[in-house]
Amino acid sequence: MSTAEMASDERAVRGTSSPVLGMVLFVASEAMFFAAFFAIYAMSYSSQPSWPPKDVTVPSIGVPSVMTGLIVASSFFLQLGVRAIRRGDGRRLSLWLATTLFLGAAFTALQLYGYSQIEFGIREGIYASLFYIMTGVALAHVAGGVVFLLLVLVRSATGHLTMVRHESAEAAAIYWHFVVVVSVALYVAFYLLASVHPKGP
Amino acid sequence: MAVTEARPKPIAPEPYRRRVLEWLTTTDHKKIGILYLVNSFSFFVIAGVMALLMRSELAQPGTQFLSARAYNQVFTEHGTLMIFLFIFPTLAGFGNYFVPLQIGALDMAFPRVNALSFWLLPVGGLTIVSGFVAKGGAAAGGWTSFAPLSEQLGTGEDLWIAGLLLVGAASILGAINFIVTILRMRAPGMSMMRMPIFCWSTLATSLLVVLATPVITAGLIMLFADRHLGTTFFSAAKGGSPLYWQHVFWFFGHPEVYMLILAAWGIVSEILPVFSGKPLFGYRGVVLAFLLITALSFSVWAHHMFATGAVELPFFSITTEMISIPTGVLFFIWLATLWKGKLRFEVPMLFALGFVAMFLIGGIDGVWMAAPAMDFAIHDTYWVVAHFHYVLFGGTVFGIMAGIYYWFPKITGRMLSRRLGLWHFWLQLVGFNLTFFPMHMLGLQGMPRRIADYAPDRGWNTMNLLSTIGAFVIGLSMLIFAVNVILTLRKPRTAPADPWSGNTLEWATTSPPPPHNFDRLPVIGSARPVYDARLAGTVAEGDGT
Repeated sequence: MSTAEMASDERAVRGTSSPVLGMVLFVASEAMFFAAFFAIYAMSYSSQPSWPPKDVTVPSIGVPSVMTGLIVASSFFLQLGVRAIRRGDGRRLSLWLATTLFLGAAFTALQLYGYSQIEFGIREGIYASLFYIMTGVALAHVAGGVVFLLLVLVRSATGHLTMVRHESAEAAAIYWHFVVVVSVALYVAFYLLASVHPKGP
Repeated sequence: MAVTEARPKPIAPEPYRRRVLEWLTTTDHKKIGILYLVNSFSFFVIAGVMALLMRSELAQPGTQFLSARAYNQVFTEHGTLMIFLFIFPTLAGFGNYFVPLQIGALDMAFPRVNALSFWLLPVGGLTIVSGFVAKGGAAAGGWTSFAPLSEQLGTGEDLWIAGLLLVGAASILGAINFIVTILRMRAPGMSMMRMPIFCWSTLATSLLVVLATPVITAGLIMLFADRHLGTTFFSAAKGGSPLYWQHVFWFFGHPEVYMLILAAWGIVSEILPVFSGKPLFGYRGVVLAFLLITALSFSVWAHHMFATGAVELPFFSITTEMISIPTGVLFFIWLATLWKGKLRFEVPMLFALGFVAMFLIGGIDGVWMAAPAMDFAIHDTYWVVAHFHYVLFGGTVFGIMAGIYYWFPKITGRMLSRRLGLWHFWLQLVGFNLTFFPMHMLGLQGMPRRIADYAPDRGWNTMNLLSTIGAFVIGLSMLIFAVNVILTLRKPRTAPADPWSGNTLEWATTSPPPPHNFDRLPVIGSARPVYDARLAGTVAEGDGT
């Protein structure tokens, strides 16, 4: 066996986790993307006398709590699916994927409903700017995640994912968990903090 | 053999249309690397002509042919294109072509993502340039695009934002690809600490891209929202602040300058040992310096903001000074590599030595400015222009040219003319210093950067004229380079596999390499496998098969 052949065999074995590593790096990049927004949030928070600013009517915490709860639950269900395919159980993966997708869609619907209840517009200062752009960008990520999961579901339902080769499911799960973490952070920044511990006189 | 079967290629010459289609749809890292280089040098020509326009306007006081409005657009596009569409993609092009070869891989980890990250570049670049035909002209806020000015500019600014978003996405995808390739695709025996130093520099660059570029992406989205959706991130009116843009921009912008130089350090660290006939002095030191600089570069961004009075001066001054320690280590390693070597003054070596000398000046300029007292005096003057051109032109462009002359035979199978190469090198060296050294003096005399005109009685006339003459000497040197490339490409492919007695794996295959890269890999038992093979006699001089 020549060196080059050995090299290609070796790569075939080690190469299996390349998509997962690629996704981890992509998520690191995405984390820095959101960190930039959170940094501006932090600078605004510290420079304002009160937070949320006095002229902002804080949205009620009920619906956001429900939708954040749903999307956190979806993360657990998705991981159950990943564990199923690691055992080679593609049917159960499809089931959990469908559950996750349903919860993701519910989150998106509730978020859109939530926007309709907000009493301030995007033009009304830094709090409104941060609120709409950060939740909007995050919602785009949820939507992207839904599409990603849908593609994995199609491949899973058509029997393309096996115990050995299911990198797409692993990668999609890493991405989805990240999106969920962002959703929780936004919930804390815009709903929980404002309701539980507002800053200022 | 399994490797060749994986990529069947027709042997007969293909018809013209098939060949074009092949280039448009290729996922071969070598072809994509060539596409990167061709694209980059096309934008280099555009941005270079803009530089000549600016220097012509500034040759003497008074408005000759560029209005102040046009001048602002030209210097903005010059900087943007040189940084994002020439320097960075050229280094990425070298990375695409040579990282898989140097680690003994068949291709990048994600070949289709690789094609995508290339094709986003020309689209993004053309989007940025298309500002010139937009209403109100091209972006005119400088490559830094500071708010609130950037909030008020016309459509050109939107095209600038859109173009940069595309280029940013391209570089993030490319960087992920490089990291995965380097971590997962190395040939057996190629441990991390045997990896060619150019691959280390690409790895460090890629880490910076993955972690810093998304920050400017966020900034561009906020800028766009401010301009069109009525948000107030960067306007002081409703709780935002123009300083937020500066923080976001420079948090990306300072790592960015290391993205623009690390790979050039890598190229020079490959070339100096080959033409000194010695191993790189302190391989581990170089790796450590690269990683330290990568880490430190995230802690220095606000040294661009000393003059705002809103940042912690001692902290950012000290972290900036600290970067000169690993950079100094690199200089000593380069000098120690040359020490008592059998120096061969081929053209790549001359450019590498030019790099060491010119980058030293740019580096020392930088250490000066890290002191806030000095910075307050020279902030936004021509001194700054001199500094970053000594780093990016004297440094990176000399490094890029060293890489071009070094690797041209590998990429094309043809050796560039040494005689024209010497003309190119000496004219570029003289022209470069004539253009940018006087800018130090102009800066100290208080000439602000980014002005289209200056009063005739300020004493700036002679230095400006010298600088303009220098710029045209650089232009002449580039013309000679272009002639050299064109003449060489018309010659037959006669370059041997290893024309320079190289150390690294790209010299162990034919020039140019076959589609599958290697027919046979030498045993990799050190950081210099091809040198080892030459010593052992398993690879004859000039025969890599």
